[in-house]
Amino acid sequence: MRALAGNAWWEYIKKEMLPHMWCPGCGNGIVLRCLARALAALGLPRHRVVVVTGIGCWGKADDYLRTNALHTTHGRALAFATGIKLARPELVVLVLMGDGDCATIGGNHLIHAARRNVDLTAVVVNNFNYGMTGGQVSATTPRGAVTSTTALGNPERGFDLCKIADAAGANLVARATVYHVPLLERLLREGISKKGFSFLEVVSPCPTHYGRRNRLGTPAEMMRYLKERSLGVHAPAARRGEVPEGYILIGKLAERDEPDFLAAYEQVRQRASGRGERK
Amino acid sequence: MERSKRLFMQGNEAIAEGAIAAGARFYAGYPITPSSEIAEVCSRRLPEVGGIFVQMEDEIASIAAVIGASLAGVKAFTATSGPGFSLMQENIGLAVMGEVPCVVVNVQRSGPSTGLATKVAQADVMQARWGRHGDQLLIALSPASVQECFELTVAAFNLAERFRVPVVLLADEIVAHLREVVELPPAEKLPIVARRYPLCPPDEYLPFRPGADGVPPLAAFGSEYVFHITSSMHGEDGFSNNDPANAARKIARLFTKITSHREEVVQVKGYGCDGTLDILLVTFGCTVRPARAAAARAGKLKVGVLQLVTLWPFPDREVKLLARRAKAVVVAELNYGQVVCEVERVVGGERPVYGLHKYNGEGFTPGEIAARLEEVAGLCGL
Ligand SMILES: Cc1ncc(C[n+]2csc(CCOP(=O)(O)OP(=O)(O)O)c2C)c(N)n1
Ligand code: SF4
Repeated sequence: MRALAGNAWWEYIKKEMLPHMWCPGCGNGIVLRCLARALAALGLPRHRVVVVTGIGCWGKADDYLRTNALHTTHGRALAFATGIKLARPELVVLVLMGDGDCATIGGNHLIHAARRNVDLTAVVVNNFNYGMTGGQVSATTPRGAVTSTTALGNPERGFDLCKIADAAGANLVARATVYHVPLLERLLREGISKKGFSFLEVVSPCPTHYGRRNRLGTPAEMMRYLKERSLGVHAPAARRGEVPEGYILIGKLAERDEPDFLAAYEQVRQRASGRGERK
Repeated sequence: MERSKRLFMQGNEAIAEGAIAAGARFYAGYPITPSSEIAEVCSRRLPEVGGIFVQMEDEIASIAAVIGASLAGVKAFTATSGPGFSLMQENIGLAVMGEVPCVVVNVQRSGPSTGLATKVAQADVMQARWGRHGDQLLIALSPASVQECFELTVAAFNLAERFRVPVVLLADEIVAHLREVVELPPAEKLPIVARRYPLCPPDEYLPFRPGADGVPPLAAFGSEYVFHITSSMHGEDGFSNNDPANAARKIARLFTKITSHREEVVQVKGYGCDGTLDILLVTFGCTVRPARAAAARAGKLKVGVLQLVTLWPFPDREVKLLARRAKAVVVAELNYGQVVCEVERVVGGERPVYGLHKYNGEGFTPGEIAARLEEVAGLCGL
């Protein structure tokens, strides 16, 4: 599969918009490249793909893509994407959101998109704070962490986004980090191919705000942290359910084959046409 | 050839049927009194005609899904009332900015906030026009009968497609819950405006390059035209653009694409408005009926009733010209004073303008309006 991608992924990138707006050391560029490579590996024609973005640093990703795109409002991308997918089921709809976008302001839409099991692929870049607006606290910021609005330490707990998506009924739930590029690419391909709601969390550094305020070091050191503090789902400790505190569990976390919204709605339509005939 | 059908219908049902007749095949909404029947009818009717009904988690999501469906090439709408209309505002702004055709039905109820949840009001007129941040214009229509609920819903979809703009159907609890006989024209007699798709080669398509009329053709996601829509300020290519000259051009066009075709948009109906008048009675929606009844019993006072079918853009010229033929103007509306401000602005002191405002959750009786007409006649020595 990967060999197929070759340089074809460049076809999905809007080169004239480069260089991108993201800070040096930001993880967003890695996710963008993996996404383009996944599209290329799956051989998806640009016109069949719609990228729906929310508002935030990662939400600017649509500016660098040559697919169809809809850049929406803060937190609502999943709801826009739902309309697109239901209206034209043959489209491949990718929803790119930051953690603040998807889980804080948009948490309700996340729960319901997963419950409805709409055939979308959500790619959430979790950098534990609001990058675009200056590094404020987010719903994924861990307790005690310093952000521009929790200068004395975050009094709240952070969400585990994957557990939410799983509990709400997503057909595929997975996590990677921007250090684990081959895994990230594979999960993107699987998420896009999977019917129903796919949820992919990508843990990523924001050296400019989160890294700096929490003294996590240089971008390279933040990457090393992602490498050393990640644990694959197949690792013995993970299998035993013993993920040490502070470690990031990566890989496919949940998978099911529940009917997606449109498959279930087909039955509604059949009942409606049956009723029409009886009339 | 099919003949028109006469049916006994509720206003909300007529809105749902009007939407389907206009070609709507997607409804996303969240239940709220007094609009819920529209959702209920759509949940049964849309799957019958190959469409989709989805009850979303809130009104923010509802309008978002509608915009998404429209960009995928399917005529789409939602219906709500005050609290839900408030929640929709940010994304209606996106539909204005992204120039996405869609229809939002607001069956007005008494506010503010939860207010008198089951009672009537006409107090969202200014919200429909100004409820969002930023400079912008959209179209709002207001039905006064069940027949108009049907007809204006069709018109709303046509205008939305014609001008690539969200159209608000500003109904009210009385009209929406009224039941009366409507005449539904056969499909071939119904004027339906189809979306203007681009004709250029796909790699030349710019989703915001206006045609000669100021309106850019709109492709559908999934067609051979690949395109980009954003809520941010953008250039003709649909990508972010910070150039001040571009921003000024875009904002101005959001207005002029509609105002330069005002004859296609602005609709009023006059009842007894010929010749000179003692009083011009301006009103809209559910207040039209009691206003006409009051005018009919005004004795030797000559009262013409002007129904504002289009509320936005405001029928400036129509109001101004008719006001000149009257000695005084009265504006009757179920709010503390909204349309009356527009009428005062338009009449510009040429004639005295009086309001008649009711905001207790009840509609007007003809007697109440007749009493105000007499009072104004007295004040003006008519
Ligand atoms: C309704 C609304 N509220 C607030 C904002 C301001 N805002 C823009 S982006 C953002 C947070 C972005 O954080 P996140 O989603 O985590 O993305 P990141 O920038 O970290 O990629 C906020 C609060 C907005 N655009 N809209
Ligand atoms: S502020 Fe943070 S998230 Fe935004 S581009 Fe910079 S490093 Fe990336």
